[in-house]
Amino acid sequence: MEVKRNLSTFMGKRKNWSIPYILFLAFFVVTPLFLIFYYAFTNSTGGFTFDNFRRFWQQPEAMHTFVFSVGVALITTAVCLLLGYPAAYILSRMSSKTAKIMVLLFILPMWINFLIRTLATVALFDFLGIPLGQASLYFGMVYNFLPFMVYPIYNILQKTDQNLIEAAQDLGANPRQVFFRTILPLSVPGVKSGIMMVFMPVISTFAIAELLTINNIKLFGTTLQENIYNGMWNYGAALSLVMLLLIGLTLLFNGDGNAKAAEEGGLI
Amino acid sequence: MQESGPIIQVEHVTHSFGDKTVLDDINISVRKGEFVTFLGPSGCGKTTLLRIIAGFQKASEGKILIAGTDVTDIPPYKRPVNTVFQKYALFPHLNVFNNVAFGLNLKKLEATVIKKKVKKVLKMVSMTDYEERDVDSLSGGQQQRVAIARAIVNEPEVLLLDEPLAALDLKMRKDMQMEIKAMHKKLGITFVYVTHDQEEALTLSDTIVVMSEGKIQQIGTPTEIYNEPINAFVADFIGESNILNGTMIEDNLVEFAGHRFECVDKGFGQNVPVDVVIRPEDIYIFDLSEAAQFTGKVTSSIFKGVHYEMMVVTPEGYEFMIQDYHCFEVGKTVGLRVKPFDIQVMKKERVCNTFEGVMIDKGHVRFLEQSFKCKENHEFPAGSQVKVSVDFQKVILQDNEEDGMLSGEVSFILYKGNHYHLTVLTDGDENIFVDTNDIWDDGDRVGITIPPEAIQLSNL
Repeated sequence: MEVKRNLSTFMGKRKNWSIPYILFLAFFVVTPLFLIFYYAFTNSTGGFTFDNFRRFWQQPEAMHTFVFSVGVALITTAVCLLLGYPAAYILSRMSSKTAKIMVLLFILPMWINFLIRTLATVALFDFLGIPLGQASLYFGMVYNFLPFMVYPIYNILQKTDQNLIEAAQDLGANPRQVFFRTILPLSVPGVKSGIMMVFMPVISTFAIAELLTINNIKLFGTTLQENIYNGMWNYGAALSLVMLLLIGLTLLFNGDGNAKAAEEGGLI
Repeated sequence: MQESGPIIQVEHVTHSFGDKTVLDDINISVRKGEFVTFLGPSGCGKTTLLRIIAGFQKASEGKILIAGTDVTDIPPYKRPVNTVFQKYALFPHLNVFNNVAFGLNLKKLEATVIKKKVKKVLKMVSMTDYEERDVDSLSGGQQQRVAIARAIVNEPEVLLLDEPLAALDLKMRKDMQMEIKAMHKKLGITFVYVTHDQEEALTLSDTIVVMSEGKIQQIGTPTEIYNEPINAFVADFIGESNILNGTMIEDNLVEFAGHRFECVDKGFGQNVPVDVVIRPEDIYIFDLSEAAQFTGKVTSSIFKGVHYEMMVVTPEGYEFMIQDYHCFEVGKTVGLRVKPFDIQVMKKERVCNTFEGVMIDKGHVRFLEQSFKCKENHEFPAGSQVKVSVDFQKVILQDNEEDGMLSGEVSFILYKGNHYHLTVLTDGDENIFVDTNDIWDDGDRVGITIPPEAIQLSNL
């Protein structure tokens, strides 16, 4: 009886319901992070060292891949933005019923595993006789990450207060001026959110590069994966830290508006 | 020489959303420099009319002229008007200065000129030290000042204000009313103001346009509207009033509440049913004496700050609201008197419900898109067009909408001293008028039944 009562009071406290999740976080997020730090600053015998970072800095190949990966991520993000903003804008002008269907069509492919999608793309390119290389890499990246750009921008555009647009018209703004002076600046949080959601995952992705270039083009994610895969844990951990640092910097770019952007832009 | 003709002309403007008509043949002419208020309950079409003048909406039919130019097809950004929006609509990504400078920046004026103008107008609305502030950090009243500044800095010919004070608390609203009135005087431009607050309209306007259900009920100065309401709706909407059914016996003599009163109205004819309006402050209340025209018993007395508001029931069963500086205790019998000049007689808009119908057979008639049983008659053959009349008090309203032959919603309630006069909007979008002693609420869903003996048929 006593045990049963104790259990029921234990379950009754809402705070206690978070324990499973906290345990999960501790085991699978916090501990691995500590391990990455530990491995990055030690050598294979466990002694403290900066060698792993020095090696990254001095090895032209790894550095080159890193810079190239950042370049790919930047270009992919830019292309996604150029394609995604107009798409989101058009969607936001549609009647809510049509827009809902269209947004669904945009997001629908995301429900299929991206490996399957990418393999299918490879097969399609093969069938059409298009050579796999840098162009197909960018295609694959944009194709996979475009919805992550469209959705947050659409979300914020669609919530734009119609009164503000009317106010701008009322004050003498023609349709072009309404867009550049009202709609565009108001949608900045959505754009920031979209940029983060494309840039960050593209930096670390490697499967798309592997499949769509038949391993001809190496991205930083590939380098990382190769090292870990080949048992070079210490060096791999150091490379992971470099990438974490870059992602951290991306978050900084978003600045204090981050929380607001995530909220308004609908960071999924 | 430019003649000071009308600055805004609204000509035969009709507007519908789907098949619902929200504006029905509106004609208004606004003089230059006038302060005009569109007044009416929510849903009367006043905001739609303002939006059509601003250009945000295009009227289904009719024309809008501003300063003599037809602007019907001209987009809002090319019209010489500026709007103060109900929810301010300040740009959240700009500070106070840049919000106000928005219109001037679009005109590509020189930076120094813009700065000077913005400073001047911010001073006018007492927001001088707020230039760099984020608009989200301002209070409602301050936001409204910025919104007004943003509009008037462009020196429009007409300033449109869409319920600008609706979101402010009472004290702030009163202060802002005074400031808006002062601003109108100072700027000398035309103000078109939309509100549902009759007191605000009376305080601010040169001219009030009273609207209801997409139609103009009355246009006039505040005193005209208050003292000489044209119909029961206006009388009820503007201020407090006692509205009763009466009969115009002859010129200068009217009967209501079971008594005959001398009045100053004439030209109605003899024994014509009319509506009578008496303002609560126009009924004299005193201890019972020879001077009493009629008597009553006080049933409630509430102190309202300056005056007492008392309800008095006459022996004939009519209830009057009376306002007086003196308090008369509940239960006391008092004498009452009304001066001829204070009795406002209005022509009745209708004395019974009338519909166009078609005979189905000798015992059935079709109207309101439905077949009704009526008393057997041999006068009208099947298929003939007839006029159907139904007395107000013979229509039956039911709590349960399924119980009625028709269903509808109570859309307007008028207390007539001893009964309620209801307007019920049927689901087929027709008005049925009902006299009843039962208490209903605005918006109540009701069943409507018209018994056969209530249906009167006559030639169309």
